[in-house]
Amino acid sequence: MLEVFIFATLNGLVTGLLLFMLASGLTLIFSMMGVLNFAHASFYMLGAYFAYSISLHFGFWTGLIFAPIIVGVLGALVERYGLRRVHQHGHVAELVFTFGLAFLIEEAVQFFWGADTKNYQSPDLLDFPLFTLFGQEFPAYRGFMIGISITIFISLYYVLTKSRIGIIIQAALTHPHTVSNLGHNVPLIFMGVFGVGTALAGVAGVMAGPVLTTFPGMAVVLGSIVFVIVVIGGLGSLAGAFIASILIGLLQSYAIASDLGMPDLLNILGIEFSRDHPLTDLWTLTLPQIAPILPFLLLVLVLIFRPTGLMGKREQ
Amino acid sequence: MLKVTNLHAYYGKSHILQGVNFNIQEGEIVSLLGRNGVGRSTAVKTIMGEVEPQGSIEFKGIEIAGKNSFEIANLGLGYVPENRDIFPTLTVRQNLQLGQKSVNESSRWSIEEMFKMFPNLGERAEVAGGVLSGGEQQMLCMCRTLMGDPELIMIDEPTEGLAPKIVEQVANLLQEIADRGVAILLVEQKLSIALKISHRLYVMGHGQIVYEGTPESLMQADDVRAEWLEV
Repeated sequence: MLEVFIFATLNGLVTGLLLFMLASGLTLIFSMMGVLNFAHASFYMLGAYFAYSISLHFGFWTGLIFAPIIVGVLGALVERYGLRRVHQHGHVAELVFTFGLAFLIEEAVQFFWGADTKNYQSPDLLDFPLFTLFGQEFPAYRGFMIGISITIFISLYYVLTKSRIGIIIQAALTHPHTVSNLGHNVPLIFMGVFGVGTALAGVAGVMAGPVLTTFPGMAVVLGSIVFVIVVIGGLGSLAGAFIASILIGLLQSYAIASDLGMPDLLNILGIEFSRDHPLTDLWTLTLPQIAPILPFLLLVLVLIFRPTGLMGKREQ
Repeated sequence: MLKVTNLHAYYGKSHILQGVNFNIQEGEIVSLLGRNGVGRSTAVKTIMGEVEPQGSIEFKGIEIAGKNSFEIANLGLGYVPENRDIFPTLTVRQNLQLGQKSVNESSRWSIEEMFKMFPNLGERAEVAGGVLSGGEQQMLCMCRTLMGDPELIMIDEPTEGLAPKIVEQVANLLQEIADRGVAILLVEQKLSIALKISHRLYVMGHGQIVYEGTPESLMQADDVRAEWLEV
């Protein structure tokens, strides 16, 4: 039992940190634009595909460095020549633009790389068990994912709260006019934030590609959960996004690892159903089966009982 | 130094500025007076690039109409908005640091000097700006703009809703700004401070300048005060 718990916690942490790498960029971009960027997970997918193509010729490590940079530059260009123009026409136009962009990227990925799953592998260098506990191995690659994520978050936190540019960014997110009046180039700052946000999504894609498989649907699969996280955490709140990411990562991981199900619950309640009841599928549901819908269940509950999310502020 | 010629501005379809003309010379203190809603705040916002201008705005001989706010600010034009838009989650010191355009540039103002002038701010240097009183926020907002070392500072209703003692502090700071050779455009509804410190005054009504003169001439022009200023 203990080993199940420890490994479920570690795997939940891996997922949670990965989710936060997407959610942190998404929530920063939300504070800036005032709308959710529906194409955010598409940049995550591009990260995985670019890294896959680069790794074929130059190896995994080159991909890890260059794929996020390419994705970040693409993101900055999208902000500069797409969103900045659409912005003048209001939030609905922006929302529709990012929606269209998500479809465009998905189609482009299928066009260039095909609809099949790519054989994108983690590097041989990390192909060993990091440690063995109760006879179960924890892969070094997952440990590496945790390490990279935490390193990135600590440096981001440091830049955002301690450096001059970080303070300017914080102020520009909430008071763009005032910051511009003080002589800071706010459009450039916004382009930079968008670029860094999408580059972070790119890093997540590079790291997740080998674990969660690289295929054209990967943006949709993770994207919907990232939206859930940003809403649960509270729109625009980095701390909220962090808590929600880890929460959902652990929740899903524990649910998958447990073997509890409706039969156990019914047993406790002392109710018995015959196996050939028409609703037998419902009575035999297990927790691992409903794990994928738990985030959305949590979303509905949060929206009902705490509409601003865990750490969100009510709009003035 | 600043020359505004035939300036028009619109909010949607409403025509707010209807051909405004005025100028400010170097080191001069000029007040822009008028009742609420005549377009005083819109005039400074338009000069600063926050509202789209039609017409000509020349600053130090450079046409700035159509430029971005940050470009205008970097030319040496400072703006203190009416709403005291401090950054509430940042500390007092960080608010002032944000006013600096770059860390290395030499300025006629320094943070330590500001803290000496306003001990209230100095004592709360590491406190979030949001917890300051209205008067302290006004001071912080003015000091923040000064950190960028403007050659002309436009200040929108700095004494609005402040206690008389703090109004006096604002007046002292305005005098200090002028003494250091910075030109001031003071936007006000009340005459009190404006009459005391201004070299020249403009009165606005219905989106246009309706009177130009000195404090002495305005005091004698009872008809102007009655028609455009008194409530």
